[in-house]
Amino acid sequence: MSFTVDSKMIENVARITLTGALDSSTAPLLQEEVMKIIPQNPKELVMDVEHLDFMASAGLRIIIFAKQKLGTQAKLVLVKPQDQLIETLKMTGLIFSVVIVDKYPE
Amino acid sequence: MNESDVRIDYYPTHELDGIKYRCGRVLPFGATMVPNGINFSIYSSSATSCTLVLFKKNADQPFAEIPFPKEFMIGNVYSMIVFDLDYENLEYGYKMSGPYDPVAGHIFDSSKILSDPYAKAIGGRDTWLKPPNWDKLYPFRSRLVFEDFDWENDKPLETPIEDLIIYEMHVRSFTTHPSSGIKFKGTFAGIREKIPYLMDLGVNCIELMPIYEFDEYEHSKIDPNTGELLVNYWGYSTLNFFAPKSGYAATGKYGMQVDELKNLIKELHNNNIEVILDVVFNHTAEGDHRGPVISFKGIDNKTYYMLTPEGYYFNFSGTGNTLNCNHPIVRNMVLDCLRYWASEYHIDGFRFDLASILGRAQDGSPLNNPPLLESLAYDPILAKCKLIAEAWDAGGLYQVGTFPCYGRWAEWNGKYRDTVRKFLKGDENMVGEMSQRMQGSPDMYSARGATAGINFVTCHDGFTLYDLVSYNEKHNEANGENNQDGNNDNDSWNCGWEGETDNQDINRLRHKQIKNALSILFVSQGVPMILMGDEMGRTQYGNNNTYCHDTELNWLNWDLIKKNEDLYNFAKHIISFRRTHPVLRNSQHFRNMDYMNTGYPDISFHGKQAWQADWSESSRLLAFMLDGGHAKNGNYKDNTIFVAMNMFWEACSVELPKLQNGKSWFLSVNTDMQPPFDFYGVSYEQKLEDQNSLILGPRSVVILIEK
Repeated sequence: MSFTVDSKMIENVARITLTGALDSSTAPLLQEEVMKIIPQNPKELVMDVEHLDFMASAGLRIIIFAKQKLGTQAKLVLVKPQDQLIETLKMTGLIFSVVIVDKYPE
Repeated sequence: MNESDVRIDYYPTHELDGIKYRCGRVLPFGATMVPNGINFSIYSSSATSCTLVLFKKNADQPFAEIPFPKEFMIGNVYSMIVFDLDYENLEYGYKMSGPYDPVAGHIFDSSKILSDPYAKAIGGRDTWLKPPNWDKLYPFRSRLVFEDFDWENDKPLETPIEDLIIYEMHVRSFTTHPSSGIKFKGTFAGIREKIPYLMDLGVNCIELMPIYEFDEYEHSKIDPNTGELLVNYWGYSTLNFFAPKSGYAATGKYGMQVDELKNLIKELHNNNIEVILDVVFNHTAEGDHRGPVISFKGIDNKTYYMLTPEGYYFNFSGTGNTLNCNHPIVRNMVLDCLRYWASEYHIDGFRFDLASILGRAQDGSPLNNPPLLESLAYDPILAKCKLIAEAWDAGGLYQVGTFPCYGRWAEWNGKYRDTVRKFLKGDENMVGEMSQRMQGSPDMYSARGATAGINFVTCHDGFTLYDLVSYNEKHNEANGENNQDGNNDNDSWNCGWEGETDNQDINRLRHKQIKNALSILFVSQGVPMILMGDEMGRTQYGNNNTYCHDTELNWLNWDLIKKNEDLYNFAKHIISFRRTHPVLRNSQHFRNMDYMNTGYPDISFHGKQAWQADWSESSRLLAFMLDGGHAKNGNYKDNTIFVAMNMFWEACSVELPKLQNGKSWFLSVNTDMQPPFDFYGVSYEQKLEDQNSLILGPRSVVILIEK
C-alpha cells in the first residue's frame, strides 16, 4: 500500500495523518513534515496512525527525532496505533515518550 | 539535514560511479554518522590496501566498492567519509590485500569481505535459529546503530559491591519455557517482563551470560541418537565485541536490538537492579587455522591472535584461538569496547571469561604486570564499574587468590565453591578452610578485603544446585560427546540415589542440603552469586555442561516455583535476611578483636561449647558469632548474629554464647525443620525457649539473631 502523509496546524496543535507503510524509503517524507512543523512551536504533535499498516525502525527513529525536536514541554500523541506498533514501542522504551489515545480530541 | 547546517569541511572531493566521498577522520574507529555522510575508519598493520564494500540491507551483492586512495591513509589507518548513504538500510564491510604467508602470520585474501571489528551491530543472525542463507557472500554484516536512546536521568547504579546479590542468567533460558507465561519469550524484552519476579526474589544484580553477537549455528550438529540440533547455545564465542545479540531481542528483526537492550537496562536500573555482562575477550568465533575468516583474521591476523612460531593459533581458551590481549592494538580495542558498553549501555560491571588469558604475554607466558588489566583498572570511564575475573584459563593458568588486581579486580572464588561443596557433603577436615571462606577468604585476599571474592556454590559451568545434591556423577550423554565433556570433579553427593526418586527421605534431605548451601552462601562475607533457577530447584538431570541445548535442559521451568515452593520461599528469606543485616556485608576483613568496645570481638568461633571451636580433622561443626556493634567497621549498628552449621550426619547440642543487657536469642533459620518452620521472616524471628543451648539436627544450619 502506498504511503501518504498530510499535516495541518490548528491552534498550536499539529496534526499529521499517516497511511500505508512507513519504512526507510518513506520515512524521509515524514521527517520533512516534522521539520516543517517544528518551527511553528506546536504544543502538541498528534499523529493519526490508525491506517498505518507498517512501521519499520526508520519510522520509529522519526518518532524519536520528533520528540527530541519538540522538547520536553510539548506532547507527542499517537492516535490508534496498531498492536504490533504498541508492542514495539513498549519493548524499546519509546512508549514513555509518547501518549497513546484511541481518538483525538479525547 | 538543513543545507545551512552542513559545515564546509564536509564536502566531497572524490566520486566513483555516482558515489561521493572524501578523506575521513581517523577517529573514532568504526562507522560513525557525520553531517550528510558516514565516516569509516579501520586499521591494519600489514595490509597493503583496503576497499570499502557497501551493501543494501540483506542484499547478496554489494552496490559499491570504493578502494581507499593512498592519500586517505594516515599511519596504518584507512578513513573515508561517504556522502548521501541511507544508513537505515546500509551494511558494510572491507576487503584487505596483503601478503599470504601463514608461517609469518599473514593470511590476507582480497576476495573476502570482512566484518568491521568496531561495528556496533551485526546483521545475519537477526532472529534466533532462523536458518540463514549458507551461501551468502558476506554472512556477518557490519551495520550502524543510532545513539538517540532517551536515558532520561539513568546512569549506572554504583551499588557498593559488598551489597550486591548477583543472579547469573542466560537470556534465552530465563523466559523461553512456555511456563514463563510471557509474550516475548527468550528475549531482552522477556527479562523486562520478569523484573517483578527479580524484585520478589530480592536480587539486585543480574549477570548476563554472553550477549555479544555470536553465531548460534557455530559447530552446530544433529545428535545422531536423538535427532536434536545441538547449537552454540551459551554463546561463549564472539563475532563482534560491540554488537548486542540480535536474536536475543524480540525487535531484532527490525534492527531495534540496541533500543530493546537499553530499555531493559534502564528499567532494571529503575528498580535498583544492576547489570553485569559476562564478556569473552579470550578468543573469537574464528576458530583455529581450519576456522572461518570473518573479521580479525583477514584484517590483521598477526595482531589479533597469539600465534605459535609456526603460525598456528595458540589455544589457551580451549576453543581454537586466543585473542592477543596484551598487544597494544588489541588492548586498546578491549578498552574501547568496555568504555562503549559502560557509557553507551550504562553497564554496571563486567565478568571476564577465562580472564587469566588477559594476563598472558603475546608468546603466551604469564605476565607479572599485565598492561591490559592495569589499563582497565585505572581507566577513568570504567572507574566505578565492577571488574570481575574468572581467574583461570584452559591453558592451566590458575590465579584464584593471585590475579593481578590493582586494588580493583574481584574474582570468581573457585576455592569458595570447592570448599562449600566438600563441607556440605560432610567431608573430613573442612572446618578450618570453611571458616576462611565464610569470612571472605582472608587467607587468599589479606590485602584486598572481603569483596575481592565472588562467592558461589554453582554457576552456569557445572551442576545446578539441585543436581549437586542429586547426582554423584555427570550425565552428559545428551551433549553428543560420549559423556567425555564437562568437569569430573564436582564434589557432589546424591543423598543416596542417583537422580530423580520418589523416596521422600531422600527428597527431604536434598531440599535441606539446598537450604544449607543457600544459608552458608548468604551468611558468608564477600559477594554472593546464585545461578538462575537454583532458588526453585532447577535441574539439568545431571548434565553439568549444557552449552549446546536449546531445550528444556536449559530453559527455566517456572512451574518449579510451585513444585518446590519451600525452596523458593527459603531463598527469598535468606536473601532478605542478608539484605537486612549489614554485619553480613563487610567490605573489610574481620580483625578478630573488639575494636568497638562492645564486649565481643567482631567475629568469634564456637563449637559444642561456646567460645570453643572444634578445628579437629573429624569435626564437621562450625559455629560463629558476628557482633552487631562491628557491622561495616562499626559504622552500622546491627543485631548480633549466631550461625551454627552441622554437616555431620548426626544431631548435636550446641551451647550458645551468653548475651548482654538482657537480650535474647531469636530463631531465624533452622534447615532441619520442615516448612513452614524452616525459617521465620525478618522481624518475625521466634524467641528460643532455651537460651543456653540448642539441638542442631543432622546436616543442618541454624541462624539466630540477638534482639
